Amino acid sequence: MTQTVDAPAPVAGRVRPPLANRVLARPEIGALVAAIIIFIFFLVLAPSFRSAESFFTVLYQSSVIGIVAVGVGLLMIGGEFDLSAGVIVYTAGLANAMFCWYFGINLWIGALLSLAFCLLIGFLNGFLVMRTGIPSFLITLGTFFVLQGANLGVTKLVTKTVSSPDISQIAGYDSLGKVFSSSFKIGPVTIWGSVIWWILFVALAAWTLQRTRVGNWIFAVGGNPDSARAVGVPVVRTKIGLFMVVSFLGWFVGMHQLYRFNTLQAGGGVGNEFLYIIAAVVGGTLLTGGYGNAIGVAIGAFIFGMTSLGIIYAGWDPNWFKAFLGVMLLLAVLVNLYVKRMSTMRRAD
Amino acid sequence: MTDTLAEHADSHLQKGEPLIEMADVGKSYGAIRALRGINLLVNAGEVTCVLGDNGAGKSTLIKIMSGLHPHNEGVVKVDGSPVTFGSPREALGHGIATVYQDLAVVGLMEVWRNFFLGSELTAGKYPLAGLKVKEMREIADTELRKMGIVVKDINQPIGTLSGGQRQCVAIARAVYFGARVLILDEPTAALGVKQSGVVLKYVAAARDAGLGVVFITHNPHHAYMVGDHFVILKLGRTALDKTRNEVGLDELTTQMAGGDELTELSHELGRQ
Repeated sequence: MTQTVDAPAPVAGRVRPPLANRVLARPEIGALVAAIIIFIFFLVLAPSFRSAESFFTVLYQSSVIGIVAVGVGLLMIGGEFDLSAGVIVYTAGLANAMFCWYFGINLWIGALLSLAFCLLIGFLNGFLVMRTGIPSFLITLGTFFVLQGANLGVTKLVTKTVSSPDISQIAGYDSLGKVFSSSFKIGPVTIWGSVIWWILFVALAAWTLQRTRVGNWIFAVGGNPDSARAVGVPVVRTKIGLFMVVSFLGWFVGMHQLYRFNTLQAGGGVGNEFLYIIAAVVGGTLLTGGYGNAIGVAIGAFIFGMTSLGIIYAGWDPNWFKAFLGVMLLLAVLVNLYVKRMSTMRRAD
Repeated sequence: MTDTLAEHADSHLQKGEPLIEMADVGKSYGAIRALRGINLLVNAGEVTCVLGDNGAGKSTLIKIMSGLHPHNEGVVKVDGSPVTFGSPREALGHGIATVYQDLAVVGLMEVWRNFFLGSELTAGKYPLAGLKVKEMREIADTELRKMGIVVKDINQPIGTLSGGQRQCVAIARAVYFGARVLILDEPTAALGVKQSGVVLKYVAAARDAGLGVVFITHNPHHAYMVGDHFVILKLGRTALDKTRNEVGLDELTTQMAGGDELTELSHELGRQ
């Protein structure tokens, strides 16, 4: 309060809405309610769900989806889709593994080359979308098929099988493993490094969105790109950057998968792009862009983790997983919608 | 509120000093010539009204001035030196700000975020530098209040404001960030009588503060209330170019309604 000699008089018109309304108006609130309900549901029905070990296994499962989902969430807030985000995870791992195996070089070099390659794919996705004006849904659908085919085709050419060679004897395997797929134990509980990475990425994304200039731009290019451009926001750069963030996070998870299992199936990752999008939407991200936040996307991924493992803990036939997941997600979206409607109604008064 | 506008306006602006000069400017999109032979002068402290029917070339003219599309014939001078803008950012750098009718603001974003969009206050230059949220909220709040725009809550999405208020926030923002030329694209087109009045008051206030205003409209009544200089475009060419002393509201209205074409048409239709 620096300048206020003349201010007190017209204050009457301006009010700060009560805390309850402000909380209800947050994008992630619907997902949070849904997550709590699902959590209690499995606590009641699945006895083995009720331990710290299984909680951290759920967190691990969530982190593998959640890391890329955060990027996809940012991209969706920025008004675009990336359907190639699922297979690029495997492209990253396969490229690293086969390059180093074929030429017999240090895995670190392969990891960096794979990173450069993934960033290039992200850049191309963004560049093509911005340059041609074709919806990102179509452009990245194209990239998705290209990568899916190339993953299988190149792997078959190099290894004569459909999985990448075992790389655990190549130099750099141990140090890369420490970075991307380490775990440690606290008592009986195994905590995977990827969970910590996930939390870090979520925190970074949340900070960027709410508290930085770039975050402001992401909301603006998703909400109204023409208007953003007119006030000087670099729309093209922002959107291309978002595509590259997604491909970077895809690469990161690809590294995790590769150094955890030391070999990858060339056909993997297909279908995961929808899990990312679902996590983002359940987390309150608007499908049309301009609205959402990183915490919500993280909760969305957590709901996925709970559901996929909860079924197993409950001892049900895992074949039901997809159907059950679908129901859970529909419910989550409905709760989301209901809460959103409640909150906007109250705010209209 | 006039005082506040004057407070932020560039104090070096001399009334009548030419800010933008366009000489024989034209623009083609491929084989289509959208605009040709346009001579236009935007002076400080004056409102230049650009009128015209749909497809007359008004929006092309704005796009050239605001940096969305570069012109490809003639010369555009800003402050006496020729320019060709590659992006809206460059135009903004020269103090030329544009407020568009339907895309002035990002509806889902908070009022204060909109106010500072593209000119955010940050704690440093590095990419993850924190926004000075509290400061930005306070400035947006104080500025809007001083300019007589009553917003219930500075954190509400700007889409919840009325159309007139949104236009006013956009104008206030442009002036606050040091615009010297204000281009208003049909600011009153979608508004009711009362809200149009509010916007027109801001147009007049910006003019009195010494800014050069380009007011694009197809409503001659609104134009005549604030305009100093009138240009009517027809099929990409200038159909009328007169100052306030040389033209009356009747002539403007007739010209806008179709002018000679209309007379011809009524002959053809033959009803007395």
